[in-house]
Amino acid sequence: MLVHGRVAGTMTSDTDTLTAEDPIAGEEIEIPADVEVGEIIDSPVTGTELEVISLDPVVLEEAPELEEDWGE
Amino acid sequence: MRVGILYSRIRKDEKLLLNELRDRGHEIEKIDVRKERFGLESTTAAVDDLDLVVDRCLSTSRSLYATRFLDSYGVPVVNSPETGDVCADKAKNSLALAEADVPTPATEVAFTKEAALEAIESFGYPCVLKPVTGSWGRLMAKIDSRNAAEAIVEHKETLGHYEHKVFYVQEFVDKPGRDVRVLAVDGEPVAAMTRSSDHWLTNAAKGGETKSFDLDERATELVERASDAVGGGMLGVDLMEVGVDPDGDGAETGVDPDGDGAETGVDPDDDPAEGTADDYTVHEVNHTVEFKALDSATDVDVPARVVDWLEAKAAELADGAVAGVDA
Repeated sequence: MLVHGRVAGTMTSDTDTLTAEDPIAGEEIEIPADVEVGEIIDSPVTGTELEVISLDPVVLEEAPELEEDWGE
Repeated sequence: MRVGILYSRIRKDEKLLLNELRDRGHEIEKIDVRKERFGLESTTAAVDDLDLVVDRCLSTSRSLYATRFLDSYGVPVVNSPETGDVCADKAKNSLALAEADVPTPATEVAFTKEAALEAIESFGYPCVLKPVTGSWGRLMAKIDSRNAAEAIVEHKETLGHYEHKVFYVQEFVDKPGRDVRVLAVDGEPVAAMTRSSDHWLTNAAKGGETKSFDLDERATELVERASDAVGGGMLGVDLMEVGVDPDGDGAETGVDPDGDGAETGVDPDDDPAEGTADDYTVHEVNHTVEFKALDSATDVDVPARVVDWLEAKAAELADGAVAGVDA
């Protein structure tokens, strides 16, 4: 399901993982079931950083690029 | 405890913190600063009735403004905007440390290419040029020659942002292939590790190898004083060891035995852990400290210790509020 250019996924029957569509590769990927909104995960397909936008449904977006004032 | 977390990105550090808070039954209000607005008297963020807000913003500018606004509404926030203001700027950071007589590398700030080159020449080569704002080793330059200095300064002038024209020049400290990162809460060390690399930048974010480190009395004292110097809070204090004799042969690092400008490097086969530092110099204090590397490198349950501190902080604030009502 495409939601405003984002790709939504679903929860699988496997309680340890969720499935979602990688917005870059267009492939279905598995992500940990305990992810939360705002969390950054690495795409297992492309290695791209993805941000969890929502959980119901699972929506992933490419994470924002590094900015100059990011850090500690 | 009802605790707010200011964030724009949940990294492993924030995940560790959130999990620990949830495990202890605390109520959490996640505040994505990208979605909120901050007015002069109120905010769209749900901060009412929070006992404490923890600033975990990855972006320094967002961290500084959001904490300042929350503070103005009377919302308790850690770290304080005052601490953030000092730590976010390397020049202010250096000044605060120097004013508190905490040993810190010699530093000069210049505002023009010509003055920057004079500062660089006065330090000699190598020396270091850093952006006043930034982290993870970005845009740090170790300058080995006049030619390199001219090129780097000229390039920095063209980068656009005015901060790149604030030239922060620092002596090069010949550390023993590693520096020391300490996570401290109000000056009390929680955990410490070394970050080692063959590269002159040893940041964990640059791939430096991490290893647990036992602080000696002097390092512990300096961590406390550095924390006080910037206003306290949950901080990442970075120290470099000076005068280390890694193999006990009397040849210390930072020594140029023949005066030819070539420093005595540390033998990479030596384990610097076997050397002892004569002293330390504190080069930086970080106010939105990452701790996942410390949690992995040490036996300390870092998120647990951080939440212990947050609980104590919230209790202290509650006691203060009760005392205020009673008075």
